[in-house]
Amino acid sequence: MAQFSVVGQRLPMVDAREKVTGAGVYTDDLVLPGMLVGRILHSPHPHARIHSIDATKAAALPGIVAVITGKDFPNRYGILPIGHDETALAVEKARYVGDNVAAVAAVSDQAAVQALDLIEVDYELLPAFFDPNETMKAESNWIHDDKPHNIEKEYHHHFGNVEEGFAQADAIREDHFFCPGVTHVAMEPHSTLAHVEDNGRLIVWSSTQVPYYLQRTLSNVLGLPMDRVRVIKPLVGGGFGGKSEVIPLEVIAACLARAAGRPVKITYTRDEVFYAHRGRPVQVIDLKMGVRRDGKITAVEARIVQDGGAYCGYGPVTLLYSGALLGAMYDIRNMKFDGYRVLTNRPACGAMRGHGTVNTRFAFESQLDMLAHAVGIDPVEIREVNLLKPPCITVNQLRVTSYGYPECLRQVKAKSGWKEKKGKLPFGKGVGVAGSHYVSGAANAIVRSGTPHTTIDIKANPDGTVTIFTGASEIGQGSDTMQVQLVAEELCLHPRRVKLVAADTDRTPVDLGSYSSRVTFMAGNACLQAARNLKSTIFSVVARRWNVSPDQLEMRDERVVLCDDSGWSMSFEEAAKCAIDHLGEVVATGSYSPPQEAQGGKFRGAGVGPSPAYSYSAQVAEVTVDTETGQVTVDRITVAHDCGRALNLMAVEGQVQGSVWMGLGQAVQEEMIWSQGLLMNPSMLEYKSASTLESPEIDTIIVESVDPEGPLGAKEAGEGSLAAIIPAVANAIYDAVGVRLTSTPFTPEKILKALREQQKKVAQRNGGSER
Amino acid sequence: MNKESIQLHVNGVRHEIEIPPSKTLLEALREDLRLTGTKCGCDDSSCGCCTVLVDGVPMLSCVMLAASYPDASITTIEGVAQGEQLDPLQEGFCVEGGAQCGFCTPGIILTAKALLDRNPKPTREEIAQAISGNLCRCTGYTQIYASIEYAIKKLRTTPVAAASGGR
Repeated sequence: MAQFSVVGQRLPMVDAREKVTGAGVYTDDLVLPGMLVGRILHSPHPHARIHSIDATKAAALPGIVAVITGKDFPNRYGILPIGHDETALAVEKARYVGDNVAAVAAVSDQAAVQALDLIEVDYELLPAFFDPNETMKAESNWIHDDKPHNIEKEYHHHFGNVEEGFAQADAIREDHFFCPGVTHVAMEPHSTLAHVEDNGRLIVWSSTQVPYYLQRTLSNVLGLPMDRVRVIKPLVGGGFGGKSEVIPLEVIAACLARAAGRPVKITYTRDEVFYAHRGRPVQVIDLKMGVRRDGKITAVEARIVQDGGAYCGYGPVTLLYSGALLGAMYDIRNMKFDGYRVLTNRPACGAMRGHGTVNTRFAFESQLDMLAHAVGIDPVEIREVNLLKPPCITVNQLRVTSYGYPECLRQVKAKSGWKEKKGKLPFGKGVGVAGSHYVSGAANAIVRSGTPHTTIDIKANPDGTVTIFTGASEIGQGSDTMQVQLVAEELCLHPRRVKLVAADTDRTPVDLGSYSSRVTFMAGNACLQAARNLKSTIFSVVARRWNVSPDQLEMRDERVVLCDDSGWSMSFEEAAKCAIDHLGEVVATGSYSPPQEAQGGKFRGAGVGPSPAYSYSAQVAEVTVDTETGQVTVDRITVAHDCGRALNLMAVEGQVQGSVWMGLGQAVQEEMIWSQGLLMNPSMLEYKSASTLESPEIDTIIVESVDPEGPLGAKEAGEGSLAAIIPAVANAIYDAVGVRLTSTPFTPEKILKALREQQKKVAQRNGGSER
Repeated sequence: MNKESIQLHVNGVRHEIEIPPSKTLLEALREDLRLTGTKCGCDDSSCGCCTVLVDGVPMLSCVMLAASYPDASITTIEGVAQGEQLDPLQEGFCVEGGAQCGFCTPGIILTAKALLDRNPKPTREEIAQAISGNLCRCTGYTQIYASIEYAIKKLRTTPVAAASGGR
């Protein structure tokens, strides 16, 4: 670690102070003169044609300044170029309970709420679809007319030859897994403030993870050139993917501001946040896997049906991640994936932490555990038997450069006491192991173009500070701090000399956003490049002054130093001033685009899954199962995460623990419960997010595999550890009481049911009666 | 709507504001006093983001009427630091990573402050009990414990800070 001065430390987040004093500004904290409150009317029906909307009475109410409907801005949009199927306010149909139908801007929230009651909508109810398998059989009343049988997309991938693979297997399992939807529940409800300036320019402050995509979408929907739209991202109170595409309130606030001629702010209620969703989809997974007697996996075949909800959103990407990353952390030569993204009359699913990989990881790692038991191999060992040998290209053409997974397995095995515990704990207690992995940024941008995925400017200031101008979006994950650390490291400056201007489309260069765990790898590399370029500009001026070659200069401890025995040196402040005097302004640029070799195959759907590098995680969960109540208690979790290099150990640990904890929520208690189109638990009292009392200790180990292309070797840390905890707990439950749960969450009801079935089987085997 | 004049005593300052009697303390703090450090995460008392101290007791300002507390001494996150000097808890949340997105942080700091004011040496179980009404979606709570335990340690080793911290 001695090779770095700033990197690797447990540095407090650069924005920590404003967060602990309450001074930090989130979107809902902003107030503009004359600002109005926006409110949205939502559909009470899951599927209904809208014949007419009469807002006359609402518009006449005192205090109402504007009322808008979908007809006011009918341009369709969507995060994917292939999925422009939504309007922020419904144009002809409402497609889920909660779909947005009309909106008002008012002088007070009370007036706005009253006005919504006065809007008359003439709905014609249509048959609605809720079951992902049934919806595909629909012959009429399709949710989108251009999507026959409600199939949004299907993909069929076959690598190697699974038939041959299964023929070589000594044990084969076929299992059915089911994962209900879960959602982000970021503590900050979505909020947007929009203002049209006198010159017609739109300014939007929003709780977004993707300012650049928001700017693009607003430009398209409102028919404004890009330069007439400015998006600013204030502090964001958590995203987890829920703010990584354009959310209807962002478009609605902008349209209301234009209609009202005054600034409009909309902040979702918590109920609206739940219905806005875009979280992890319902997935039905049929998985078949074969292994040889020595544990080697010979073939994997998956059929995945993803209940996408009513709109495209990120859906096809979610589905493709499910297929692409299913087997790619192991050496598997024969793989088949059939994926269906179907439409139902529920809120659209989307990207959520571990995007697309989580449910299939649960299925895969559970089934691998079953097969380990079937062939009598230790579950850690069966994973070791199937390791990749990087650098390599997987059968589905993903390039793997660094691979800390073996070390992760080794460490969790040792630290958790696996050998002493596996199969040896008393009945009711057990341990389970599983692995997971994730991309460090998508190698292919959502909108394909030659533009770098991220560009950073760094400006030297005459006071010896530097300012980073970055489009990267801090959402609590530490991206601002990461960039400050890398620039400080490269320039040999104290981090307090590095300032940062972020996520303002007027002032910062393009960055694609905070999704797919891309920021450390991509913005980090761009920061290093920009810092090197800045150094070289300053060195060239100093070299001229000293009449030496720039090659002879280097930065050491905040000074420019001549590398000979002259002893010449100059403070960075002096050097920066010298360069500014000479050049007027000293700004350097760096950018990052993933290399060609990392961009994957050419088949249909090959664009999703490729990444410049992958993170890896291994976890051991230790559980107690109460056979009387069915309650599962996770007593201890040991996690090892390969993040390439920990640029900030505290931040990395925080990300890994947060991921594991969020995955644990899905494992044991989180679930969106639907009755037809109605969400039965749209509040934080009912959608169970774990408190301190339900959250176990997470023993965290960081593995540094030092990626050859990562910034100083770094890879992602914020998502890759989410998935493994779910199968680790499932496998631990099996170890504890011998039952297999194949659907999340692992509730007491499911445990008791499984225990009863197990007892029945034992009774039958023993020749007893069914009772 | 009818407004009435009410008094609020917040962070040592007396305010007189004209608000509708139906206004919650959270709304009055955020909209009328512009103390936006107190956050609204759920509007139904389930998340803890809106926690403030009322006469030293952590309470949820989203389900309290502002007009009902004319004589109470209210502390919001803006009143925790002594000028530029952060409270040991605030320092702990910086140094130990307890604040990721920061949205739940003000509520947790205030809840923890009330705990430390009445019990300067809580066990981890006592901390867990005290802050169990404050949800966090970022951290998994491990670094929140570390942040609070940093403050406990600091208060123990610097008695002066302890004295001024226990208003």
